[in-house]
Amino acid sequence: MKISTLNFLKINLLIIAICCFGSAHAQEEDPEKGEENNEQELNMDAVFSRPTLSFDKVPVTVGGYLEANTMHRTEEGITDGLSFQARRLTIFMAASISERIKFLTEIEFEDGGKEVAIEFAALDVAFHPLFNFRGGIVMNPIGAFNENHDGPKWEFVERPDVAVNMLAATLSNAGFGMYGKTYSGNWIFGYEAYLTNGFSSRIISNEQDKTYLPAHKDGDNLFEDNLSGKAMFSGKLAVKNRKIGEIGVSYMGGTYNKFQDDGEDVEDQAKVDVFAIDWNTTIKATGTYIVGEAAWIWAETPDTYTQQYGNKQRGVFMDIVQPVYKSKIFEWEDATFNVAARFDYVDWNVGRFKETNTRIGDQLLAVTPGISFRPTPKTVFRINYRYEWNKDILNNPTERAATWYMGFSSYF
Amino acid sequence: MRMKSYLFGSLLLLPLFFSCEVLAPQEPEEYELLDGPVEDLTMAEAQRFIKGDVAFNDQIFTVETGLGPIFTGTSCVSCHAGDGKGHPFVKFTRFGQSFPGVNEYLKQGGPQLQNRAIPGYEPETLPPGAPHTDLIAPIVTGLGFLDAVTDQDLIDMSDPDDLDGDGISGRVHWNTRPDYVKDRPETISVDGKYITRFGKKGNMYDLLHQTADAYNQDIGITSYFEPYETYSGDKMPSEIDRQTISDVVFYLKTLKAPIPRDQDDPDVMAGKALFGDLQCAACHKPTLTTGYSPIVAISYKEFHPYTDLLLHDMGPDLDDGYTEGYAHSYEWKTPALWGIGLAKDSQGGQYFLLHDGRARSIEEAILYHGGEAENSKNLYLGLSQTEKDQVLKFIESL
Repeated sequence: MKISTLNFLKINLLIIAICCFGSAHAQEEDPEKGEENNEQELNMDAVFSRPTLSFDKVPVTVGGYLEANTMHRTEEGITDGLSFQARRLTIFMAASISERIKFLTEIEFEDGGKEVAIEFAALDVAFHPLFNFRGGIVMNPIGAFNENHDGPKWEFVERPDVAVNMLAATLSNAGFGMYGKTYSGNWIFGYEAYLTNGFSSRIISNEQDKTYLPAHKDGDNLFEDNLSGKAMFSGKLAVKNRKIGEIGVSYMGGTYNKFQDDGEDVEDQAKVDVFAIDWNTTIKATGTYIVGEAAWIWAETPDTYTQQYGNKQRGVFMDIVQPVYKSKIFEWEDATFNVAARFDYVDWNVGRFKETNTRIGDQLLAVTPGISFRPTPKTVFRINYRYEWNKDILNNPTERAATWYMGFSSYF
Repeated sequence: MRMKSYLFGSLLLLPLFFSCEVLAPQEPEEYELLDGPVEDLTMAEAQRFIKGDVAFNDQIFTVETGLGPIFTGTSCVSCHAGDGKGHPFVKFTRFGQSFPGVNEYLKQGGPQLQNRAIPGYEPETLPPGAPHTDLIAPIVTGLGFLDAVTDQDLIDMSDPDDLDGDGISGRVHWNTRPDYVKDRPETISVDGKYITRFGKKGNMYDLLHQTADAYNQDIGITSYFEPYETYSGDKMPSEIDRQTISDVVFYLKTLKAPIPRDQDDPDVMAGKALFGDLQCAACHKPTLTTGYSPIVAISYKEFHPYTDLLLHDMGPDLDDGYTEGYAHSYEWKTPALWGIGLAKDSQGGQYFLLHDGRARSIEEAILYHGGEAENSKNLYLGLSQTEKDQVLKFIESL
């Protein structure tokens, strides 16, 4: 039986993680310390900003999270009824190899283990706070959600459409780069810059019948092959004021198609450019937390291809979370009830038909109110009701769908 | 006390969660939709319908699954959204034949212009001077009923020499057909030619012929039935299995007939009477009957398509100088009017009527009529505005 390199790596990481759990002595985190850290953290720190278990005499920490839910979806009056989903089990493990060298990996099991993906596996070397090397399988720093996607951090079962169905979150690629942070008073400045493998032509030829960056993830040998032979650049600048909030601007782009084969030009070189802005803030007076991101994509396609696959896309999401009750409940100190609402909008094909000069459709609009209960910050129980309006490419009558979700997500 | 409040609050949420149906979008009325199966399918037939539905509406072809290399659409549904009429975005061009007989441009890519290509390939361009016409896809619902009308019924409706002197001389399209199609029940053949009835010129024999040809010419998919690639002209392995094509054919055969709306509306009723008075119904026959079909649900049924499936001279305004099979360039098969009122729902909210979508309203489509329909058009023009509105309202109710 042949085992691919990728699967071999996954299996070994899993075995190590299980062994570590066997001898673990969990150390409770100090919540106050956590809050202090939050004020100094940017979205880019999310991969290391997680509750973990550490072990005596072992420089390894292990953690993870589990998400499960029920859902009931009705589309134009037709429903498939109630279903139970264990969406993902994610295990992450960090190791301090030496004072300035550390390793972190994140492995995700989706759909009951049918999909196993290494989302992150990188070696970090700290030379200076403003210059850290990172290499391996890195998360492309586009938007905020891609790097800060842990289920327990969010009040909604579904991930934001713009992040998942437009920007391909969670997107990671093999590559290298650097990142850094600096502080000045209330201000924090951070940056990330990586060169990685790029997208593939699947983004303009897929079963979604639209320009669809997530289709890239269906390809084989993602962490071994770079079809275009050109590096993709992704980078982000983020600024945070501890009293106001954080804003980030990010870019990702490069050639996505295999335009040469055996040294011969076989297609015109085609590029994809992605630009995103993300923000988050907490209104101190009310405790209202606001987070969101907006993104734009420009994808070159041949003029002789079909407008089914658009050249421009745009989307946005915004979450508003309002704590409404915080108290000791059972034995949970500071258990919190929240009400929340999310707005999603994605336009997968911005433009007008050449034939009629009428506007191209292919859009989604969704509103998701919800309530959540957090017995601790690490665990969230949530009920969401998502109502969405979908327009097909021709702008035919809107298809509506409503979905109830009830579930939980928790670090462990 | 506090604990009770929490439990009470939690219990309140449960009915909210299980009231899924109440807050959910309601199903549109059956008469608002074109898709859906005919009534009284057996459970086995219903399962097959669903398989065909998935292949027709959900199967998107990609470079990896055989799209192209040259093509006009990426799926069935790209031309037939909601099983309805096509949009100019997926308009396609046929070229190469001016007179009944053979297309002289078959070796130059005819009869269909594949105007799109996957990256790295060049699409076809129209050969200079080639006769051509643009076409948009028709509504596909109710096709099983049209398929099951007997050849003899079509012959009985035809009047090629206008023996009754009403100025209307519809004729059946005697044409050749590919070897892979099978005789329909009670088919009639004369000198190796058969009566063909699908397509704008009525040059396709049955739904298998239409479907296999569309996969090949529209999407660039080779099959057991149509094994020649449109780009190279070479025989290629099948890119779709026979079962899938068969399921799609079954789906098309068992799509329900469009359901008319507002039939009790006085204006609609008045418009229906005028429709007869104007002799529109001489070609747009309100009622036909199916013969035997192995699918019981469409066997020996009366239905209301508003077509006679015959070729008619439609006059110079609709003569694009291009034809197919043994039709003349000025001849078009009477299109079924059923479902026309729902056409906008698959055309982005606006009408694109006639064979190429040139008419932006039902009235404009009427005004393009000529030839055998010249008299009906003139009678329509002689109506008062109220009567015209009634005719239009009736047609829109179909």
